[in-house]
Amino acid sequence: MQAATQAAAYRGGRQWAAWGFLLPLVAYLLLFYAYPLYRNLELSLRDYTVRSFVQGGAPFTGLTNYRDIVDDPTFEPALTHTVVFTVVSLGFQFAIGMALAVFFHQHFRLSATLRALFLVPWLLPLIVSSSTWSWMLNSEAGVVNTVVRALGGEPIHWLTSPGWSLASVTIANIWIGIPFNLVLLYSGLQNISPQIYEAAALDGATGWQRFRRVTFPLLRPVSAITLLLGLVYTLKVFDVIWIMTRGGPADSSTTLATWSYQLGFGSLLPQFGPGAAVGNLLIVAALAAGLAYIRVQHWQAGRA
Amino acid sequence: MKRRAAWWKTGVGVVLTAVMLFPVYWMVNVSFTREQDMRKSPPDWFPTHGTLEGYRAVLDQQLPYLGTSLLLALGTAALTLVVAAPAGYSLARLRPFGGGALSFLLLVAQMIPGIIMAMGFYAFYLNLGVLNTVAGLIVADATIAVPFGVIIFQAFMSAVPEEITQAATMDGAGPVRTFWSVVLPVSRNATITVALFAFLWAWSDFVFASTLDGGGQLRPITLGIYQYIGHNNQQWNAIMATAVVASIPAAVLLVVAQRYIAAGVTTGAVRD
Repeated sequence: MQAATQAAAYRGGRQWAAWGFLLPLVAYLLLFYAYPLYRNLELSLRDYTVRSFVQGGAPFTGLTNYRDIVDDPTFEPALTHTVVFTVVSLGFQFAIGMALAVFFHQHFRLSATLRALFLVPWLLPLIVSSSTWSWMLNSEAGVVNTVVRALGGEPIHWLTSPGWSLASVTIANIWIGIPFNLVLLYSGLQNISPQIYEAAALDGATGWQRFRRVTFPLLRPVSAITLLLGLVYTLKVFDVIWIMTRGGPADSSTTLATWSYQLGFGSLLPQFGPGAAVGNLLIVAALAAGLAYIRVQHWQAGRA
Repeated sequence: MKRRAAWWKTGVGVVLTAVMLFPVYWMVNVSFTREQDMRKSPPDWFPTHGTLEGYRAVLDQQLPYLGTSLLLALGTAALTLVVAAPAGYSLARLRPFGGGALSFLLLVAQMIPGIIMAMGFYAFYLNLGVLNTVAGLIVADATIAVPFGVIIFQAFMSAVPEEITQAATMDGAGPVRTFWSVVLPVSRNATITVALFAFLWAWSDFVFASTLDGGGQLRPITLGIYQYIGHNNQQWNAIMATAVVASIPAAVLLVVAQRYIAAGVTTGAVRD
């Protein structure tokens, strides 16, 4: 009996200690995660002006901001660009990352060093990579158009023509995302037992068959994780587009993320309410992708 | 036969890496290019007429920004460790009620776009009066790294052998002592990984800097570059020289801490 009380007291003490250690985190999350998000939601439900933003007292308008942004002529292109930018970026990053992971998995001389160098684009500050790409894609003096001219083509107005701006920022974003895909898929390849390959080789499987019938199916769990995380990250992309084109020319490379920033911070007359509303739509999309990711991860943990 | 095949692959690998890193090379090349050669066609593929005027401009104009970024990145790394390490320990070893829900919230927190957080922070900081301060920016920058940090610490500390902590308990050490003198020292790799990423993310941050610190006296290097692009479109050697200098922490990390980087990416994403 006494032992039981003692054990209960010990467990109780342990709970106090456990939550004591969590206290800084919980305080931080409440103050600097939950509260800004709450403010964001509140912004989107009221009709704010610059004056009421500072002094308070903006009238509650319910979903008016949301209705306004959906009716806004920018909404449809921004949504379409977000989808195109995300899908094309993910497709290329994943395919190239997969090809490189399989290639580097063969362990030739220098493979570890070269693989490490591939991380560079991912580690660079986004402003660095974005401004470098801006200059490379410059219409007159950019090195990319030098190559285009050398190949006999007409110089392309990468960043200044509405037909090319979205493609340009997508190219830069693919470049930035390849290392992440490479690292994750490579770690997945390392977990495949070499015996499986030996068995496949004994059965006379060619290189391509081995990839199609052995590597790819076994990599499916890691691939799912990589793509879903990539989706979450790509939906968030703002820096690259904003620095390279500011969403222009004429909204031709605007996504939900840049539109939200444009509304809230991009002009002299900030529209915080609509900006926050666009942002909250983006959160919903990111959370949907995020929850899918968590589900897949749990499902895999359950199977392992 | 096999040897030759291996060399052939090394050759392909070198070419692929060269293609991938061409933009990085180009940034370095342009940073050494003279003003008058900047719009030459075709451009100089190598900095044969190299000049340091770009770097001189960095020294003259960008040093304070670099200092701010350093302060910011160190502060963010420190704050992240202080918040994340005890939490990771608790979640990994002390089984708090509701710990599972908290872990779930951390995963969700990672999904929220920074640009959206920035708007809420702006409203919050405006009322609080901490816009354009380094401390405010450190707290905001840490939101990028804290959930990741807790997840990494939790993963590493779960793997610390039970015998070690039991021995400490036998010796009469409470949870605080066990954490501070036993678990934390053996989790050195986790500490390094978290600190590195927190440092790098804060150093690279543009979203929070441009929204919360746009008008302050102490602005980070990312804004220094951004304002360069906005104000003097012509001086690309100076812009690229600043970009090269801003890339130094990433380069140092890659050389010094490559294994921590790979460990961080995979632990954060895939739980074994």
